[in-house]
Amino acid sequence: MLSLTHFLVLAGILFAISVLGIFLNRKNLIILLMAIELMLLAVNYNFIAFSHYLSDTAGQIFVFFILTVAAAESAIGLAILVVLFRKLDSINVEDLGSLKG
Amino acid sequence: MSFQAVVFYVLSLILIVAAFRVVTAKNPVHAALYLVLAFFTASGHWLLLQAEFLAIALVLVYVGAVMVLFLFVVMMLDINIEKLREGFWQNFPLAGTVALVMVAEMLLILSSPEANLAGFQAGPAVAADASNVRELGRQLYTVYLLPFEAAAVVLLVAMVAAIGITMRKRADSKYINPAEQVRVRRNDRVRVVQVQAVKPEVDTASDTNEQQA
Repeated sequence: MLSLTHFLVLAGILFAISVLGIFLNRKNLIILLMAIELMLLAVNYNFIAFSHYLSDTAGQIFVFFILTVAAAESAIGLAILVVLFRKLDSINVEDLGSLKG
Repeated sequence: MSFQAVVFYVLSLILIVAAFRVVTAKNPVHAALYLVLAFFTASGHWLLLQAEFLAIALVLVYVGAVMVLFLFVVMMLDINIEKLREGFWQNFPLAGTVALVMVAEMLLILSSPEANLAGFQAGPAVAADASNVRELGRQLYTVYLLPFEAAAVVLLVAMVAAIGITMRKRADSKYINPAEQVRVRRNDRVRVVQVQAVKPEVDTASDTNEQQA
């Protein structure tokens, strides 16, 4: 029988994979955005699993809001990416030194 | 093993492989497509957890809209992948260690007797005609009405921001301002020139030449 632990462990593995992705693709801005999406998915798993095993739909409402904010985040992120590419002809994170930070 | 457990393990395997391919794929288009697969598989998992509305919303909103946006952008940009992949595997030992440590820590916490996760049993099975969408809708429009409207504003602001960031004036655009066109008066465009009527002179010299010939 499936238990809460199954889903929590799966979400943990998913989260770790996306951390791995952020380490590996530290130059490629697009894959970084995708890894962030994966992370949010892993978090959503936790909410939904707890919502099911506590018989409380509040967790699902939270996931609904997370999806909304994630969609807004990726839309703005991609818009910034497009403008950046227009300016620099590159999406390499290492080329983003114009602020001299 | 119950049918649900089989479904869970098969979907989990697909999900983990897809997620791993997202972060390791050479081609960003492939990465985006694997991310689509990951989201689709996740929606299957959510159906197992009886979150029907969110499962469908994940497919419609994520696979249908956000991932298509990603694919658009990835295909629009002309990316030099080789340059971005320089030293890709160089960080793998460190990254793999960090990821493994994270998973091990989470396993430790989840398996600790203090957490007592086994105590969480799924509630009584919901009736076959119970509607998850109706329940979520009722909560969204009563208890969570204000957050719901805030979410709508967030989406609106995101849309305005995305358009505002990417809009630009093109130098070679043939755009005409309609207001200027409407404001134009006759005198700006048409000039009436008075020209004196002149009688053309008759060329007598050529006439005499013709007569001689």
